[in-house]
Amino acid sequence: MALALTPRRAGSVPAPLRAKRRRDRLTVLAFLTPWLIGLSVFFIYPLISTIYYSFTRFDLVTAPHWIGLRNYEFFFTKDPKVWQAVRNTAWIVAVLVPARMIFGLGVSMVLTTLRRGGGLFRTLFYLPALAPPVAATLAFVFMFNPETGPVNVGLKSIGITGPLWFNDPAWAKPALVLLGLWGIGDLMIIFLAALLDVPKDQYEAASLDGVKSWQRFRYITFPNIRPVLTFGAVTGVIAALQYFTEASVAATVASGKANVGEGIGTTLGYPDGSTLTYPQWLFVKGFSDYALGYASALAVLLFAVSVIFTVILLRRAQAFTPTEESLR
Amino acid sequence: MKRQRFFATLGAGLALATLAACSGSASTPSATVPPSPTTKVTGTVEFWHFFTGREEAAVKAAVADFHTKYPDITVNVHGGQDDEKMLKAIAAGQPIDLALSSTTDRAGKFCQSGAFKDLKGYIDRDKLDLTQFPDAVLSYTQFNGVRCTLPMLSDVYGLYYNKAMLTAAGVTEPPKTVSELTALAKKLTVLNSDGSIKVAGFVPLMGWYENAPAHFAPSFGSKWLNDDATSAIGGDASWHDMAKWQKDLVDYYGVDKLTKFTAGLGQEFSADNAFEKGKVAMIIDGEYRSAFVKDEAPTLQYGTAPFPTGDSHTDLYGGGYITGNIMGIGKGSANPEAAWLLMKYLTTDTDAMVKLANAIKNVPTTKAALTSPALEADENYTTFLKIFGDPHSSTTPASPTGSQYQDAMADFFTKWQTGKVSDIAAALKDVDKQINDALALATGP
Repeated sequence: MALALTPRRAGSVPAPLRAKRRRDRLTVLAFLTPWLIGLSVFFIYPLISTIYYSFTRFDLVTAPHWIGLRNYEFFFTKDPKVWQAVRNTAWIVAVLVPARMIFGLGVSMVLTTLRRGGGLFRTLFYLPALAPPVAATLAFVFMFNPETGPVNVGLKSIGITGPLWFNDPAWAKPALVLLGLWGIGDLMIIFLAALLDVPKDQYEAASLDGVKSWQRFRYITFPNIRPVLTFGAVTGVIAALQYFTEASVAATVASGKANVGEGIGTTLGYPDGSTLTYPQWLFVKGFSDYALGYASALAVLLFAVSVIFTVILLRRAQAFTPTEESLR
Repeated sequence: MKRQRFFATLGAGLALATLAACSGSASTPSATVPPSPTTKVTGTVEFWHFFTGREEAAVKAAVADFHTKYPDITVNVHGGQDDEKMLKAIAAGQPIDLALSSTTDRAGKFCQSGAFKDLKGYIDRDKLDLTQFPDAVLSYTQFNGVRCTLPMLSDVYGLYYNKAMLTAAGVTEPPKTVSELTALAKKLTVLNSDGSIKVAGFVPLMGWYENAPAHFAPSFGSKWLNDDATSAIGGDASWHDMAKWQKDLVDYYGVDKLTKFTAGLGQEFSADNAFEKGKVAMIIDGEYRSAFVKDEAPTLQYGTAPFPTGDSHTDLYGGGYITGNIMGIGKGSANPEAAWLLMKYLTTDTDAMVKLANAIKNVPTTKAALTSPALEADENYTTFLKIFGDPHSSTTPASPTGSQYQDAMADFFTKWQTGKVSDIAAALKDVDKQINDALALATGP
C-alpha cells in the first residue's frame, strides 16, 4: 500500500499512459479553443494594443507616433478635467453603490415580511429595472425639471422650494442616485432570493431564545447572505467605475442644448462638469478630440484600477461561500 | 518560472503589437493629380451628412436632382451622422465616399490627419475656380495649406428680436451695443409674482442654446489663437469686456433664477423653442432659425439684426460669426471620382445651391448663388446675407486640437458666470495654459 502512495517520477510514466494524457490534454484544448480565440481576439489583443497606443500620439486615422510617457505625464500634471472626472466617479462608487445596496436590502427584507400582496410588490419594485436606461433617465430628467417637473411642482404645493436637480452641480449626482435607487429591481431580486434561502430553523431557534430583531439580522441573516452582498458590492463597484449612459443622457437633456452634428461630447458633464465621469472623459478624449493615444492611457489606468478590485475580489473569494465560522 | 514565462509572452505580444502598429502606413493627405477618368463615371456614392427631418428632405431633393443629371451614379444618403461617427467610420475603413460636417472646428483634424482626401489634385485637374467662394469661406475649408474640404452652405449668426415685445416697450430699433442690449433686456423682462422669470429679455447664460464664446467673439473683436495655434486669449483684453458684460447681466437676473427658467424652456431644435414661444425676447442664433420660425411659429412677429457689439468696439457693428458645413471625400472612398462629381455639384452648382439655401435657409457659399435672383431673400434673411458679406465677420480658427480651445473657454465661462472665478486675468492665463498644453500633446515631438 505504501508503494501505491509514493509519487511516481515523470520519467517512469508508462508510454501508453503518457499518450493518453497527451490525447486528453489535446481534447481539453480543442474544447477550449473557441474560448481561447475569443479571449485572444477580443481581450488580449485589444489590451496589448491599448497599452501600446497609450505610449503614442494617435488620432485614429494616421499611424501612431511613439511619444513615451507623455500621455501619462499629461494625465498626472496637465489634464484640466481628468481629476474632476476621477472625483465624480469615486463619488458614484462611494455613494451610489452603498445606497443601492442598503436600499435594495431594505426593500427585500420588507418584501419577505409581507403576508399578502408580496408578488404584486415584487413585480412593482422590479419593473423599473426593465426600463431601458436612456428612457428611464429621460423620464427622470423631465420629472425632476426644476421649473415644470411634477416633483418640484408637488414640493411647491406644500411650500417647499425644490432644488434645481439635474441643473445644479450640487444636486445632479444625488439626482442620479435617486435614479439608481428607482431601478433597484436587479439587486433586489438577488437579495430577495438570498433572504428566502436563509434556513428557517435558525430564525425559529433564535425566536425561542428571545433574540431581538437586530441581533437576528446581525447573527443569522447577515452571515447567511454575506456572499450575495459581497457579489452585489463587487459588481456594483465595477459597474460604477464604468458609469456612463445615465449621466450622459441626463447632462444632454438637462442642458437643453442641441449638439446637432457634433456628437454628445459637447454636452457631457453638464452642469459644470458635475456629472462628468471617468469613462465619459475617456470617450471625449478618444472620440470627440480624437486623442486616441491619450484615451488609451486613460483606459490603461482605468483597467489598472479595475484589476485592483478584481484582485481584492479574488483574495476575498471565500466570501462568496458561507463558512462554518461565518455561520457560527 | 511561470512568472518569467508570463512576462516573456507579454513582452513578445507587445513587440508584435508594436511592429504591427508601426507598420501601418502614415496616411498623410495625397495631393497627386488624379488622371482624368477615361470612361464615364458610374457607380455608387455613399454620402454621409448630419441633417435630419425637414433639412434632410432638402438634401435628398438636391441629391435626386444630381441623379437626374448623372443617372449612372447612384447616391446612398445617410442622414443624421455626426462628426464623431463619421471619423470613427472612416478610421475603421468604412467606404464613406462623401461626408458633410456641420462645423468648421474640425477642418484642421480632417485635413491634417488625412481623414478627408486632399482635393488639390482634383481642383487643379478640373480647373475649379476657387475665387467663386468668398475669402472667409475659403479660409475655413483648409488647414495649413491643405484643402481637404469645400463649403456647402454656411451659417451666419445675428440677433433675433421679438418685434411685438419691442413695440410694446416703445422700442423701434434693435440694440447696437451690448449696453443697449442689457438695458433693453431688463426692460423686456417680465417676472412672476414670486419673483421668478416669466419672460426673459435676453438669456445671457453661456452654454444655453447658441450662447457660445465663439458666437459672441466677432462682436468684441476677440482673438482666439496666434499664428502658431497657441492661445491668444489671455493677452486679449476684449475677452474681459465680453466676460464683464455677460456676468453683469447674469447677476442682474441671478444665476439660479436663470438656470431654473432655462430648465423649463423647450429644447432648442423643437417647436417649443423659447424664442418661437415668446418666452425670450431676444436671442443670438443662426440664419436657419427663420426657416424653423416659418415652419413652427408662422405668426411670430420678429426681426433680425447684426448682434450688438462691445461698447468699445462699435466699429465692428455689421459683422458676426460665420461658420459652415464642410464637405470632404473620405480617406477610404471606393468611388472618389463619383464623390468628387457630387461634391462639385452640391458646392458649386448655382441652381443646386440656391435650391438648398431656399429650403434650409442657410447662406449660399458661392458668389453666384449669393447674387442669384432665384435666391428667396426676405427682410430677415437679407440681414444674414449682409452679415456674411461684412468685412468684420469672422470665424473660429482651425487648430490641430479641433475645438478644444473653444471647450476650454466654455469651461471658463461656466465657472465665471456662477461666481467661481475671483481673478479673471489669472483664469484666462490658465485657459491659455490648457490650450497650449493640449496643443503640445497633439503636435509636439
